[in-house]
Amino acid sequence: MQKLTIDELKKIREAARKDIYLRDGEFRGKIIVHTGTCGIAAGARDVVSAFMQELNTSGRRDIIITTTGCAGLCSREPMATVELRDAAPVRYGDLDSEKVRRIFREHVQGGLIVQDVAIGIGSERG
Amino acid sequence: MLCSGTGCVAGGSYRIKDALEEEICKHGIQNEVSVVITGCNGFCGQGPLMAVQPDGIFYGWLKQEDIPFLVEEHFLKGRPAKKLIFVPPEKKEPIPLLQNIQFFQKQRLIVLRNKGIIDPERIEEYIARDGYTALEKVLSSMKPEEVIDEILRSGLRGRGGAGFPTGAKWKICRGEKKTPKYIICNCDEGDPGAYMDRSVFETDPHTVIEGMTIAAYAIGARRGYIYARSEYPLAIKRMKTALDQARDYSLLGEKILSSEFSFDIEIREGSGAFVCGEETSLIHSISGKSPEPRQRPPFPAQVGIWDCPTVINNVETLANVPVIITRGAGWFAGLGTQTSKGTKIFSLVGKINNTGLIEVPMGISLREIVFDIGGGIPGNKKFKAVQTGGPSGGCIPAQLMDLPIDYESLAGAGSMMGSGGMIVMDEDTCMVNISKFFTQFTNDESCGKCSTCREGSEALLEVLTRISDGEGREGDLEFLEELGMAIKDASMCGLGTTLPNPVLSTMRYFRDEYEAHIKEKRCPALVCRNLIKYFILPEKCVGCLMCRKNCPVEAIQGELKHIHVIDQVKCSKCGACLEVCPVKISAVVKASGEEARNLKSLDMPIAVVEFKKQMKAQKEV
Repeated sequence: MQKLTIDELKKIREAARKDIYLRDGEFRGKIIVHTGTCGIAAGARDVVSAFMQELNTSGRRDIIITTTGCAGLCSREPMATVELRDAAPVRYGDLDSEKVRRIFREHVQGGLIVQDVAIGIGSERG
Repeated sequence: MLCSGTGCVAGGSYRIKDALEEEICKHGIQNEVSVVITGCNGFCGQGPLMAVQPDGIFYGWLKQEDIPFLVEEHFLKGRPAKKLIFVPPEKKEPIPLLQNIQFFQKQRLIVLRNKGIIDPERIEEYIARDGYTALEKVLSSMKPEEVIDEILRSGLRGRGGAGFPTGAKWKICRGEKKTPKYIICNCDEGDPGAYMDRSVFETDPHTVIEGMTIAAYAIGARRGYIYARSEYPLAIKRMKTALDQARDYSLLGEKILSSEFSFDIEIREGSGAFVCGEETSLIHSISGKSPEPRQRPPFPAQVGIWDCPTVINNVETLANVPVIITRGAGWFAGLGTQTSKGTKIFSLVGKINNTGLIEVPMGISLREIVFDIGGGIPGNKKFKAVQTGGPSGGCIPAQLMDLPIDYESLAGAGSMMGSGGMIVMDEDTCMVNISKFFTQFTNDESCGKCSTCREGSEALLEVLTRISDGEGREGDLEFLEELGMAIKDASMCGLGTTLPNPVLSTMRYFRDEYEAHIKEKRCPALVCRNLIKYFILPEKCVGCLMCRKNCPVEAIQGELKHIHVIDQVKCSKCGACLEVCPVKISAVVKASGEEARNLKSLDMPIAVVEFKKQMKAQKEV
């Protein structure tokens, strides 16, 4: 790759912002599974597989699944955050494939938050 | 109370009724639990439904095969069968706002600003969230001396534990004439219970890369090493990916961002030696020498790897640098206390409800960490102490809960900040056992160079083991203190000088526990195996066979409806009997010292009815 200049990096930054912020992008929903070592030890990889299975079955192309590192509240792993466009993100915890199915069907597709699995809504205070 | 609405009947509620009655009779509790058929509850989608009163618990989606487990859990052991519970909608609390939940509310995220938000394997996401803007600023508008000045003014101190002012270390290295210079990132993280550095690598590796590159620019280094322990495979993998992606984007390597500055980083892995977290041992490990510390001065900033000036910084220290550059030293210095600026990440573990990683401003009190952020102690047990600084630190007891967390106040209390491990302990933790555990660890990890550390830790361990086994003697405590002070005085590196801390600090605040072990042969927390006894109270036992079935060493005698007796010689002190004895019966007790010695067993298991007759006869006499 050619050497980038500072100005070129700034342009890349603008473009990248569109990618990760839903309101500017083309996706309707984003499912973030938290996969640090603690999450993986608790079963986060199964959670990712379960979400992907549900997504495949649904045939939808406007939802993305992504992974991040540890979200901090290790005792409630595996955790996932569901972000639908124009709605606050919802963090779910203590997940298993059964709860993942419910979350995908009731929240991601149906728009109804699964109350008994949710930990909190919105973002952490910076 | 079983619902018999049409929906539930169709779902099999009558079969469940039969199964319930059968199980209840089997366990002989039909006089305590009655099964009643009721009308429809309304939650037909969740049936077959059952309500247990007066407990106020609802069970839903019941199947016949769930019933034996449910009866055993709820009615015999007294704990509702969680996986079958159903919460009726009107009883549900509205979902709280994440920022109002205590765990999150009191945190202040600087190093962990991107956690749970970005994919660590996509550099674009880090860049999108203002990543590398600090490096842009440094390369386009700051001289190295100005960068050092900014870090000095921010008050950033080494987050590895010792707390040396980072700006000062960089300045010393900058001032050295010899080249080449090196920067090393220390990700050895050997403290048991600490995993902050691992998490930063797994969650946001670029903040470390950016910080390290800025540090290299400031001191004039062209090469850097990341020393990561090999027990962190995922962290290393993500860091490798991040380094490759940074090179692709001209953020590392030759002519960074088309400037004249070139710098690259190599990863070197540790191989399971706690001592390699110490600067000079680390350097030796990277350069292929024996991983032992050497005398200082000279310090690595002046004479480091291959005798060249080297700055070694902890992961968290470097991760703070980009934010200090973008938001300014003044802003950073506005957080924290007079002497300790900014935030610190702690791994909050042990006997605590909300286990996890927290980033809090310096100066927050321990009370807020344990009870607000941590959500208190599970089972409402009594808080006893917090161990900070791992095997180099000490414990802070309940009376010092309002201590503001910073480098000086923790040291003053006999502990230290350390790398950030925070282990919470409750009334069931034995402080003698804890100091034995940490001493065992450091004794194992001692490199062996200094007699005080090598032999001294051996001697400390021998005494602590005797005390824990019930063979403590008069004079032991004075010996521990004297030896501890000698080890602190005469050891060459941090491992040795801090290894007596757990012993000295637990003796300072919990001397009474040590004395109970020595003088009364009693372990107040009921932990030390040689000093505890499990006992079945004959007046409470109903002869249900639960404990006998679960004893892994077959130490319990007694047929059905005969008083069970534990053979103290065979007993392995595993505690299984105490766990499985039904709560309503609670016949098993754990005791130590005088109380244990006073518990007298029956000679052999006699029938419960026979025992009750004997008791009655005795009373009448």
